[in-house]
Order: sequence, then C-alpha cells, then structure tokens
Amino acid sequence: MKEPLIVCDKLCVELGGAKVLDGLSLSVHEGDFLAVLGPNGGGKTTLLKVVLGLVKPSSGSVTVFGKEPGRASGRIGYVPQRLYFDRAFPISAMEVVLMGRLSRKRLLQRYGREDRQKALEALETTGLASLAGRRIGALSGGELQRVLIARALAGEPELLLLDEPTASVDPEMKTTIYDLLDQLKKSHTIVLVTHDTGTIGRHVSRIACLNCTLDMHEPGSTLGRSALDSLYGYPVDVVEHRAPRSHETHPDHRHA
Amino acid sequence: MWSSIALLAATKPIRITAMPDILHFEFMRNAFLAAILSSVACGIIGAYVVVRRLGFISGGIAHTAFGGIGLSYYLGLNPLAGIIPFSLAAAIGIGLLSRKAKIAEDTAIGAFWAAGMSVGVILIGLTPGYAPNLFSYLFGNILTVPNSDLQLILLLDLLIIAVVWLFDKEFVAISFDEEYARISGLKTLALDLLMLCLIALTVVIMVRIVGIVMVIALLTIPAAIARSFSQSLYRMMATGTLLAGLFSIAGLWLSWIFNLASGATIILVAALVFLVNALLRAGKSRQTAC
Repeated sequence: MKEPLIVCDKLCVELGGAKVLDGLSLSVHEGDFLAVLGPNGGGKTTLLKVVLGLVKPSSGSVTVFGKEPGRASGRIGYVPQRLYFDRAFPISAMEVVLMGRLSRKRLLQRYGREDRQKALEALETTGLASLAGRRIGALSGGELQRVLIARALAGEPELLLLDEPTASVDPEMKTTIYDLLDQLKKSHTIVLVTHDTGTIGRHVSRIACLNCTLDMHEPGSTLGRSALDSLYGYPVDVVEHRAPRSHETHPDHRHA
Repeated sequence: MWSSIALLAATKPIRITAMPDILHFEFMRNAFLAAILSSVACGIIGAYVVVRRLGFISGGIAHTAFGGIGLSYYLGLNPLAGIIPFSLAAAIGIGLLSRKAKIAEDTAIGAFWAAGMSVGVILIGLTPGYAPNLFSYLFGNILTVPNSDLQLILLLDLLIIAVVWLFDKEFVAISFDEEYARISGLKTLALDLLMLCLIALTVVIMVRIVGIVMVIALLTIPAAIARSFSQSLYRMMATGTLLAGLFSIAGLWLSWIFNLASGATIILVAALVFLVNALLRAGKSRQTAC
C-alpha cells in the first residue's frame, strides 16, 4: 500500500496553555476526500495549520508527504477560511492567483509565461477567467472565495486543504463550490474543514469529527444524531454518509 | 529655532518669480534635483508603507535616526554617517522585537523612537559649542543640499529600485498575505526586515528634504492618494513618485515666493491635496450609495 499523504500520530497541540488537539491520530491517503467536522474551537483550523507547518505540535508526530510539515509546500494547495486583507490593496485577481506559483519558484525568480498560463487555467477552472483583471476589492464574497481556490490550484498541488470555503457565501455559490470540489476530487486529495453537516455526506469519502479528539467515520456508516449532538454539544443536522448520488436528499432539519 | 527661520528669511527677500528664474541659483537647482530624486524612493517605498500600514514604524525609524545625528555631531562627522547606521539598526531592532520577542509593535516603536531622540539630545548637549544645523535635520532644509548628498540620494534610489525589482513577487506576497507567503516557503521574517531596511534608507534620503519630524507625511500621503487611482502596486509606485515630485516642486516654489520654510511648505501642499482628494472621494461614495 502506498504511503499516506498525511500521518498524524497521537498529535497534541496547546495554544496559549489550552489543549486544542488531544491525542489525534489520523492518516489521509491519496485520493481521499476527507471532511473534518466539529464545533468552533474544536481544532479544525489548527489541524490544517499543523499540516501546513504554521503551528508546531506540543507532542506526537506529523508527517506530510513523508516529511516534516512545511517541507512540502509545493505539493499542497491551501485555501484559508478568510483572507484578512485591505480591500483597497491595488492588486488584480490574476496577481493573487499568481501567488499560488510562489512555492514553485526560487527566490528572485520572476513569474514567467508558464506561471501566467497555470494561473489563467486555474481561473478558468473556477469560472473566473473574465474577472482576471478585476481589482480584488471589487469582487464579491463568492468570487473572492473562488479566487482563493484558484490560487491554491495554480500551484498544481496534489493535496488541497480547504478551511470552510462555503462559510461566507450564499446557497447558490455553495452549490457551485461543491460542484467544483466534486470535479477536483477526481485528480486531487482533498481535506475540507466545514460546518455543512447537511450536505457534506453526499460529496466526501470520509468524515472526521473533531472536538479536540477525533471520531472517524468510514463510508457506509451514518453519523447518527446522537453522535453529532454529543460532538457539537447541541442538536445538529444528521450527516448521511453515502456514495454520491444525483438526486437531492432532504435530511430533516433541526436547528440548535 | 525661530531665529534660524528668521535667518533664512533675511537672506531671501520676497519676490514673485517664474520657475526658470529661480533655477539660476545653484542651490535652487540642487534643491529641485533633490526633490525629484527623493520622490523616487518616496513613491516606491511609500506604496509598501501604505499598503502594509507601516507609517508608525517609519516614524519610529526616522526619530531613532536623531540619535545618529547626535553621535555624528559629537564625533564631528558628516551627519549621514550617523543617520544611516542608526536608522538601519532601528529598522532591524523594531522588526525583531515586535516579530520575534512577542513585544507589541507600538511598544517597540515607542521605545526606539524616544530612546533615539534621547541619545541625540544628550550627545548634542555634550558637544561643545552651538549646533547650527540641528533645526534643518528636524524639519528639513532642501536649500542646503550639497552635490555630494545628491550623489548619495541617487545611489540610494538605484539601490532601492534594484532591490524592489529583484524581490518584486516576494514583497507583493508578504504585503498581501503574509501567512500564505510563509506556507509557500518564503522566509517572511528576513523579507520583512529587508523591507524595513529599505524604509530606513528612504528615511535617510527624506531627512534632507523634509526632516525627521515630517518624514512620515511624504512617505504616506503621495502613496495614499496614488492608491485610490491605481490598479496595481507598480502603478501605485509610479503615481506616488509623480505626486511626491509634484508636491516637492510646488512646495519648494511656494516657499521661495512666500519666504516660508521649505520642508513644511512641501508637507502642507501634500496635506492639502490629500484632504481635497479624500473629501472628493467621500462625496463620490455618498453619491453612489444613494
């Protein structure tokens, strides 16, 4: 069997004295589409940052592509939850997407024709080719989110890490983004952090429930309400985890 | 300090004159050249200062440089020999303290700012005799820029252009999204310190033109106005350079006509245009909001 892309073994992370991740063991294999669910503060974003090498674990081990985190930046595409930037920043969508090529360039090496080509392809994949020259501050929330996905794709990564890409977009854009992920999962390994408990089961291959500790759910299992309620600490939608199908399923809604 | 203004005024009787006429004097030609050359550094580095909100840190670097002026007075050296190492040390010191030692950036800036000024005041106090040009380093005196300083400004301009051209994609990345730059494998701390050092070199240039106290204004105002017209960072730099040049030349000319302090007049011209631009934009956004 091939070496997993991400291996976490008894991973613990403390931030400011508080345990954010506690004894987490997880492996992500090539071709996986893993959804990470869990309440705010449950360590989802922290897990991604550990994989990216931005946060150091306090104990346990992590390897990404068989190396220490942060050593394989050219093979990972990262889509942050929100971009804290100045809307007045004079930069076009194209220039932001070009940043996805950074990890493939040496210091002082300028972006070339191939970089521009890849950036344009990524913009086409995310349906934004017509907005390439648009100033970043003039884009809507959904367009901005897709620019961030395009930026991650421009680096031609094997592994995509997405942090709540649908958190700040309207339902229609949410569908667009999931359609895009369905397309991307054919050629990429994807780890997706999300709160979309209602719809996620139709798209992903595995689900991890994260609230400091980890609860893994493989295909075929249904993540029952009691399991989710105990994860979130309040009633949430049931996650029906089955193979993707064409017609809509309507899990009954209960809101916290 | 008022005596030096009076001194300056006495040597220059009021006259209304056309631009080419005042270029008759060598010190005026040098002043205009200094204004134009300094605008290049100002426009380019000002763009980073504005988009990364480094205005306060730039002020800290400039004021720390006063310690360098004091040291050169004390040792009897050219003031630039003190300003350059002090401003570079301030840039690296503030950068490392705030980014590595978990000290709040404004605390680090405040400490350097005041300590640098104090070193300057004490060393000048220890130097026997009167410090005649002190005032011009605090508030600038573009009319006394010698040829050697012009050459130095040109050299620093070329250095700044070269570094910015070489580190173009890295500087854009750390300015726009530092976290992403870091996970892309960039050494963000080193790049950050390099950028602060470029700010320090710009401060060295600007001290001649507008003085330590008013450096921040010329670093931020032209770039901030330019930002509202610019689609890219490069255009912002070009527009900022153009605006800084216009403000400096207009200010210099007005200070000549009305017999005013040149540095302060340049700043007031810039501030006035900034205010008008801000008001026009506020009016425009209200119109579109309705």
